[in-house]
Amino acid sequence: MIRVRKLVKRFGPRTVLSGLNLEAETGEFVALLGPNGAGKTTFLRILASLSPPTMGEVCVAGYNLPEQASAVRSRLGIVSHQQLLYGDLTAEENLRFYARMYGVREASQRIAEVLSLVGLTTRRRDLVRTYSRGMQQRLAIARAILHDPEVMLLDEPHTGLDQDACVMLDDVLGEVAGRGRTVMMTSHDLTRAADIATRFDVLSHGVITASVRREEIARRDLLDFYREAIGRGGTL
Amino acid sequence: MICWISIGRRLAAEGRCNMRHTLRDFFRTVFAVVAKDLTAELHSRELFSAMLVFSLLIILVFNFALELNVRTRAEVTAGVLWVTFAFAGTLGLNRSLAMEKDRGCLDGLLLAPVERSAIYFGKTLGNFVFMLVVEIVVLPVYSVLYNTNLFQPALLLVILLGSIGYIAVGTLLATMAVQARTRDILLPILLFPVVIPVLLSAVKASSGFLQGLSFSDVRAWLNLLIAYDVIFLAVAYMVFDYVVEE
Amino acid sequence: MEAKPSLLKILDVVALGSLITATGLVFFYAPLEAVMGAVQKVFYFHVATAWAGMLGFLVAAIAGVTYLVTTRRRWDIVGLSAVEISVVFLFIAIVTGSIWARPTWNSWWTWDPRLTTATIMELVYAAYLMLRQGIEDPERRARFGAVYVIVGFISVPLTFLSIRIFRTIHPVVIGGGDPNSQGTFDMTPKMLQTFLFSLLTFSVVFGDLMWHRMRLGWLADKVEQLKIRYHV
Repeated sequence: MIRVRKLVKRFGPRTVLSGLNLEAETGEFVALLGPNGAGKTTFLRILASLSPPTMGEVCVAGYNLPEQASAVRSRLGIVSHQQLLYGDLTAEENLRFYARMYGVREASQRIAEVLSLVGLTTRRRDLVRTYSRGMQQRLAIARAILHDPEVMLLDEPHTGLDQDACVMLDDVLGEVAGRGRTVMMTSHDLTRAADIATRFDVLSHGVITASVRREEIARRDLLDFYREAIGRGGTL
Repeated sequence: MICWISIGRRLAAEGRCNMRHTLRDFFRTVFAVVAKDLTAELHSRELFSAMLVFSLLIILVFNFALELNVRTRAEVTAGVLWVTFAFAGTLGLNRSLAMEKDRGCLDGLLLAPVERSAIYFGKTLGNFVFMLVVEIVVLPVYSVLYNTNLFQPALLLVILLGSIGYIAVGTLLATMAVQARTRDILLPILLFPVVIPVLLSAVKASSGFLQGLSFSDVRAWLNLLIAYDVIFLAVAYMVFDYVVEE
Repeated sequence: MEAKPSLLKILDVVALGSLITATGLVFFYAPLEAVMGAVQKVFYFHVATAWAGMLGFLVAAIAGVTYLVTTRRRWDIVGLSAVEISVVFLFIAIVTGSIWARPTWNSWWTWDPRLTTATIMELVYAAYLMLRQGIEDPERRARFGAVYVIVGFISVPLTFLSIRIFRTIHPVVIGGGDPNSQGTFDMTPKMLQTFLFSLLTFSVVFGDLMWHRMRLGWLADKVEQLKIRYHV
């Protein structure tokens, strides 16, 4: 789970996040929406322990950031729009490396498991350099779930994927998210997010301006909801 | 409040990962990083071939740049060798750290629940191995080309110690350089002024051994070299966090 | 717009005044040295600027450590200012040293410990500035700068130590007595006074320039903040 209270992040004189509040329970799949430059990636990086908050409380998977960053990391799985994969290694070698880094027990078995989950078992001995973008993303997800994390953070994972790859990715995400994990995904593609998320939050002007569950809103109203939410930030 | 309840649940459950950092974890991380670098190099062989070719070219250029007749050769060999290693070394360092910058892999390393210093030592060890391999190949080539026997154990010791110091500070500076815009030219500019104590001692020690001085004569330089290795490793270890974290 | 603090104004006057006085002392007060003649007068400025050049390194190193510990922007400005100013002073020192060397040792340059180390120090400064130039993010720039200064600050004395193991022909004017070094001379009281005054002058000038440069840095930061606030 994720708990954020009054999160402020400044880069020098620039304030990117100004008192952000957010709570996500186990099992929720939150789609974090917002325009470019709103601070979604910054927010995710803070949750991922890569960036320290300037002020505020951040609690991920039961641990506080930045003090207990190390404990958080072992419970976190990240899929970024950068693959975090070594092009000169095979898929299997990549996973083996990360298995070692995360202290995964019975690594070989687990590696085989995740590879089959994302449908890459046949290509596991190929260099990642030779993978298509879609395959790389799938392998990135495999990497992210290798250590069975409680919380997953996805930063615009559909970027650069074609339609088929997107569908495949959504299948994998659905499968992965359904196992009692907390997932937060940033996106600026409403329709994609609408298919898989259980909740929609909008980040605008450095704060969360709106939050709605999937059951509470009709799909066709999503766009209006979004537009209204991003206009709202300045007054908060 | 609810955080504490979750903590209780987590502690009770058996996770797949260890929570405490132990010495074993540290070495596991170091080994993992080194294995990863070596494996990647085995697949692509870019680093090794680039460093090797570059070294041979430098030696070739020196042949024309300096009048290496038999007499001057003895005095100059140590210098030529270490200049070669220093330049080829920057190539290897650049490539090794650029690999992490590529596709955001450095973030991947930082996201893992490992000590930052383990990452540093892993990269340093990997770079050290690469440099050593290149040196092992260059030595016989130089011996053949210039009719000098370079395979003296004492000389090998100096090369080992000198490379440690060079790589220790080189890895740290390369990690910085690769995050800058001007990454390719920046590393030599940063590294060379600062690594001079190591290079100097290494050259003096090598030269001493090549000219047949006794061990006790050269010992002072060896001691200095060891001291520098320790100092630079310690300093790099202490500041590495600041160079990778945000 | 902040006005120049009055203390700074006073310091400006004092710095300028001492500089003029020092020059006067050098040319009119200090006696002509027996062996080297007029060239020896370069010595007063040479050592003083060298001192200022190295002082900056110490200041930058301390500022670097403090920045890493506190992450307060002002320490980064202190470090940057120190290096920028010392680059110039050290360069002057090296050039004046070369001018002095020519008639004394009959060469423009010699690879003795002090000279070589000074050059390396200058290169470390230059590398520091180039490193900063290549990094966009201000916080990262500050952190990397601090780290590099610390590494350099540890390395340069080691360099000096290593080279020192050779014999030097650099005159050891104050203390130390290598009988083989040429160009040493004994200082008469008047010379000593001039020398010490030069040292003092350049310390004051260093401080004055530092203050100005730091002020420049703080004001530039303020402009950045205002720009962002008013969406310029």
